[in-house]
Amino acid sequence: MIRVQARTEQSRLMTFASPLLAIVLTLIFGSILFTALGKDPLQALHVLLIMPLSDAYNVSEMLVKMGPLLLCAVGLSLCYRANLWNIGAEGQLLAGALGGSAVALAFGDSESMWVLPVTLLGGIASGMAWSAIPTYLKLKFNSNLILTTIMLNYIALYLLIWAVHGPLRDPMGFGFPESALFSDAALLPVLSDSGRVHLGVVFAVLAALVAWFILSKSHLGFKIRVYGADEPAATYAGFNANGISWFVMLFAGALAGLAGVAEVAGPIGQLTPNVSPGYGYSAIIVAYLGRLHPAGAIVSAVFLAILYMGGDLAQIEMGIPIAVVGMFQGVLLFFLLACDFFIRYRLVSSRETVA
Amino acid sequence: MDIDLITQVLFAAIKTGTPLLFVALGEAICEKTGVLNLGQEGMMLMGAVVGFMVAYGTGNAGLGLVGAMLIGCVMSLIFGVLVLHLGANQVATGLALTIFGTGLSAFIGTSVVGKTLTGFEPIAIPLLSDLPVIGKVLFSHDPLVYLAIALALVIAYVANKTRIGLTIKAVGENPHAANAIGIKVLHVRYLAVMFGGAMAGLGGAYMSLVYTPMWVENMTAGRGWIALALVVFASWRIGNIMLGAYLFGLASIMHLVLQGMGWSISPNLLAMLPYVATIVVMVLISADKYKEKLLAPRSLGKPFDPRQMA
Repeated sequence: MIRVQARTEQSRLMTFASPLLAIVLTLIFGSILFTALGKDPLQALHVLLIMPLSDAYNVSEMLVKMGPLLLCAVGLSLCYRANLWNIGAEGQLLAGALGGSAVALAFGDSESMWVLPVTLLGGIASGMAWSAIPTYLKLKFNSNLILTTIMLNYIALYLLIWAVHGPLRDPMGFGFPESALFSDAALLPVLSDSGRVHLGVVFAVLAALVAWFILSKSHLGFKIRVYGADEPAATYAGFNANGISWFVMLFAGALAGLAGVAEVAGPIGQLTPNVSPGYGYSAIIVAYLGRLHPAGAIVSAVFLAILYMGGDLAQIEMGIPIAVVGMFQGVLLFFLLACDFFIRYRLVSSRETVA
Repeated sequence: MDIDLITQVLFAAIKTGTPLLFVALGEAICEKTGVLNLGQEGMMLMGAVVGFMVAYGTGNAGLGLVGAMLIGCVMSLIFGVLVLHLGANQVATGLALTIFGTGLSAFIGTSVVGKTLTGFEPIAIPLLSDLPVIGKVLFSHDPLVYLAIALALVIAYVANKTRIGLTIKAVGENPHAANAIGIKVLHVRYLAVMFGGAMAGLGGAYMSLVYTPMWVENMTAGRGWIALALVVFASWRIGNIMLGAYLFGLASIMHLVLQGMGWSISPNLLAMLPYVATIVVMVLISADKYKEKLLAPRSLGKPFDPRQMA
């Protein structure tokens, strides 16, 4: 007989093995699904996982998707470490895209070297403002952070759609709900000859490294971890709980805002209603898969970016609906949460327990 | 505003509030046993797509409802196993359920996008529906509106006046004490989670079989989340949930009313109203920290592990 036994301390090995196990299980699930759909599972997995890395163009496009996922996930990791359930990365990203676009378009045809930095700051500030709302409401009025951030995601989306139909619509755009194309001075420099990989990806990796430093090496990071693990202990130690909340929420908002403005000033080049295919929600999975650690987030952001890119390719190559990507993300998180059980428990045979 | 317009608005408010009522009733029972399931949006979407596909395939809207409730149950079981048996974090698991349900519903629904069907026809209740104003507002709806009201009354009775209600309350307030007096805490929680799933499926099916009636990707547009907020506003009281659902129904259609009255505000700005209203009400209700702490089920969100009891 095999039975479950609580571990005396959390398994470090399982903490790292669990994401890998979850990925393997998700791929097995995917293979079964593809077989059931009458598609060759090996070919499907090849298209999903290998093709995104097969040539310079695909890698470049994969990195374009990795940037916003990583930026949002790094911010969320810090929030979740502090036990703040911020689900609002999507809204903060959209706010960043909207605010950044407003700045870039206000510059018109200006070729000043200040256009790009100010545009990026506009996006960052907008993301921070959008995350300040739920933070203020939580600290001042005790509002449920999960629900306010979700509601603000929907509000940001409608605000963006309103803007591209109204004040930011291109007057020469034949009535399409899109802004004018940004001037070259407002665009992020492209890093590669093939594909659209841009400076925003570098920002994302830098942000992850900064967050890693804050979390692991700084006093502030220590406070965040204590506050998240044991709030009464943090209060007893005299940590400023509100200050910690403000810091992680604004940090997350800034990064998500940067992700948004880097999309419009990067691969898209204008404001459109379809800035994000749900990066802010997928970032929740990236954060979890990366063990709420900024360095882990880099690895898991690459994996989810491959999955996004593979989903695009699978639609083109094999006629598999793109929605399969969203489903796989949910399955992946399910498997991860299930595998995490073994961080806290282990299986033993009954004989061993008796002994 | 003339009386005809008011009648129409109130009629539509009840219709719009009905899916919220279904979902919030299920989640309220689930939360009363101490389990917070944030997967409502995902379960609603699955209920909507499966309900539509079954009804479209069989030509029977009633079978669609059954299918929607079953898929809601199945979805909630995934959540139940992870949270109740494997002790996974309820917030993260609920989010996973929403992400999964959103993706899976879009995936399986591609074949029925753009199809239409006749769902449930309105049934005018004899005599009562002839009353002025009230007759139109309350007694000339589709059968699901009546079903929602009936369920709310039954659930209110069961939750407040019966032994089942007491058991639910005991498990939610103090699972250890409940366990000590012989209540199987996890069994109760599984049943509550599945009930929540079935109700969310029903709420989703209302969207795709009656409200629109068709299937569009992501058609619930955050209603699962608004229903979650509704449970908090209502302080976990069934009567308040019913009132709240219809008030939110009203808030959700205010933009149509304002447009009808000739206000020239962008429809995209007006479409924010239900979400803004949710935040505003949440701020008003939860500002009193201690009141909410008193009203919420005490074990809400906390895992219960019988293995650690021995």
